[in-house]
Amino acid sequence: MTHTVLVTGVSRHIGARVAGALAADPGIGRVIGVDTVPPPGLTRGGGALLGRTEFVRIDLRTPDIAQVISAEDVDTVVHMSLVSEPAKSRSTMMEHNVIGTMQLLAACQRSATVRRVVVRSTTAVYGSSPHAPAVFTEDTEPVDVPHSGYAKDAIEVEGYVRGFARRRPDVVTSTLRLANLMGPHVDSPLTRYFSQPVSPTVFGFDPRLQFVHEDDVVEVVRRMTVEDRPGVFNVSGDGVLLLSQCVRKAGRTAVPVPSPAFGLLGMLARTSGLVDFSPEQLALMSHGRVVDTTRLAGALAWRPKFSTAAAFDDFLQSRGMSADRPAALVDWLSGLATRR
Amino acid sequence: MNAIFASDTPSEEGARIIPISAARGTPPPGPSDEADPTSPVDERIAELLALLRRRVVGDYEVDEFGFDPELNDKVLLELIRPIYRHWFRVETLGVENVPADSGALVVANHSGTLPVDALMMQVALHDEAHRAVRLLGADLVYQLPVLGHLSRKTGHTLASREDADRLLRKGELVGVFPEGFKGVGKPFSQRYKLQRFGRGGFVTSAVRAGTPIVPCAIVGAEEIYPKIGDFSTLARVLGLPYLPITPFFPWLGPLGLIPLPSKWLIEFGEPIRTDQYDPEDADDPMLVFNLTDQVREAIQQQLDALLLRRGPAFPPFF
Repeated sequence: MTHTVLVTGVSRHIGARVAGALAADPGIGRVIGVDTVPPPGLTRGGGALLGRTEFVRIDLRTPDIAQVISAEDVDTVVHMSLVSEPAKSRSTMMEHNVIGTMQLLAACQRSATVRRVVVRSTTAVYGSSPHAPAVFTEDTEPVDVPHSGYAKDAIEVEGYVRGFARRRPDVVTSTLRLANLMGPHVDSPLTRYFSQPVSPTVFGFDPRLQFVHEDDVVEVVRRMTVEDRPGVFNVSGDGVLLLSQCVRKAGRTAVPVPSPAFGLLGMLARTSGLVDFSPEQLALMSHGRVVDTTRLAGALAWRPKFSTAAAFDDFLQSRGMSADRPAALVDWLSGLATRR
Repeated sequence: MNAIFASDTPSEEGARIIPISAARGTPPPGPSDEADPTSPVDERIAELLALLRRRVVGDYEVDEFGFDPELNDKVLLELIRPIYRHWFRVETLGVENVPADSGALVVANHSGTLPVDALMMQVALHDEAHRAVRLLGADLVYQLPVLGHLSRKTGHTLASREDADRLLRKGELVGVFPEGFKGVGKPFSQRYKLQRFGRGGFVTSAVRAGTPIVPCAIVGAEEIYPKIGDFSTLARVLGLPYLPITPFFPWLGPLGLIPLPSKWLIEFGEPIRTDQYDPEDADDPMLVFNLTDQVREAIQQQLDALLLRRGPAFPPFF
């Protein structure tokens, strides 16, 4: 029985949605949302997402979180606060991700009430490499470990989670490695990339991509919060899209750029604040990444509602993007060819 | 493809069953014949336009390895097939030894300086055995632009234990060249002499999956680029396993890259079963060595017999 759930990272969309879904569950007593900044919509009706979630503003990087956990008698902690791109600087992002997790886990380790911890991670921990197997399972040893950015943070976070699970074997600890999020409300480097009028790609490479729909993420986290499923799980929609296929579906134009120039473009885009392109992103755009989700499907007896392609289509539809114009061009050509 | 689908799932209102031949380009018999006199040429154009439309809007599926069956069958194999038929005049034997729909591991000799033999084996298995072969390639391939991703799109993947196991578990036909660069880059004087078979990783994968090993001998690839020398220092600088000298390369420049039109034979031998072993036996090095030797012997014997059968490499000259 889950009494009180603490959700971190509720000022961001996916965290707020998870908190809202848990708040809508009558089996859960209280939902407490924490974050460094208040949810943007709390004053402007966006709070509807959060439902009856009680918001507490704390800086995750400080030991304040321990007070909340002990004072509110929290038994389940859902750690959604993993930032994928630097808001101000890379070092604050790292502090937020890694120091924040350390503080949270330190508080959980001390707590006598916490029984279950669910941590959001990312499939980026596997890296992207021509030397790696085509499909990663949870047990695959990463060949080229990511050395920077978000992926490195996630690896460190997972390391602390493993340490915590070892020291507190009585607490059910679940780590969710999420594929790239996709959906109408997702705002990530990748969704911004597809929203550009042209899509620079790495010449000669066509990576395999996988997406998970935001609705499915919310459902997986909700289930993990109310069920005991210890372990590490890959979370992704079924199937694979190639980058070239995504660009075509979006009706965008791919502009192949040689790999070194692509890195330079990425840096320019980063300094202009448009898109974050770390070396990991460049590797993903060259070699792609696919994960195996059999373990998750087995543990939850559930499959994501959206396949990779369906999640991407839903995203395109919400942005009003489609391949209508190229399709019309081909139709016009067929008209010419079949006219006698 | 619609035609095949229609005959598979007859719907309630008695959907008209279109014979499969309609999909192969012959006009369907029946009322549509008189109403709409479509010639095979028109139909071919319509088919191509439909294909183009699907490609342009991204309406096709690739598997988790990046295999794009439509691009492979309709475009890439179409480009290689004339070379298979008319340049090398490949004859394929023993197709009945390739399982029709279950997992198997095809193990072949590797030669020819450039891995043209892999392409020809792919056409042979597609056209004669109607199977898409999933080859396991060197990681060098996957580091290179264009080549690596064309290789994924045609169904191949990195030679790694995980990928091999995964493909065999899915019941795919997996192909390996255990000689690797030692085989494909060996000098012309060593032709048709099998090199060492790596560490036998392919045997462990087959035993773990309990799938048969089909030995395959390819005769003809040795003569396409006779390697008589090697720029070994330059190759090392470029990070390549070798940089060949042939009678025509690099002397004739790009013309030297045209393969000589040798006569080819590809034979699939009797499958070697592995299902009598326990999957745990894959960790027994002695069993793995013995099976590796057995497969190697089988291929060498096949090669010798096939070589006699073919006679001169460039009939009718020499």
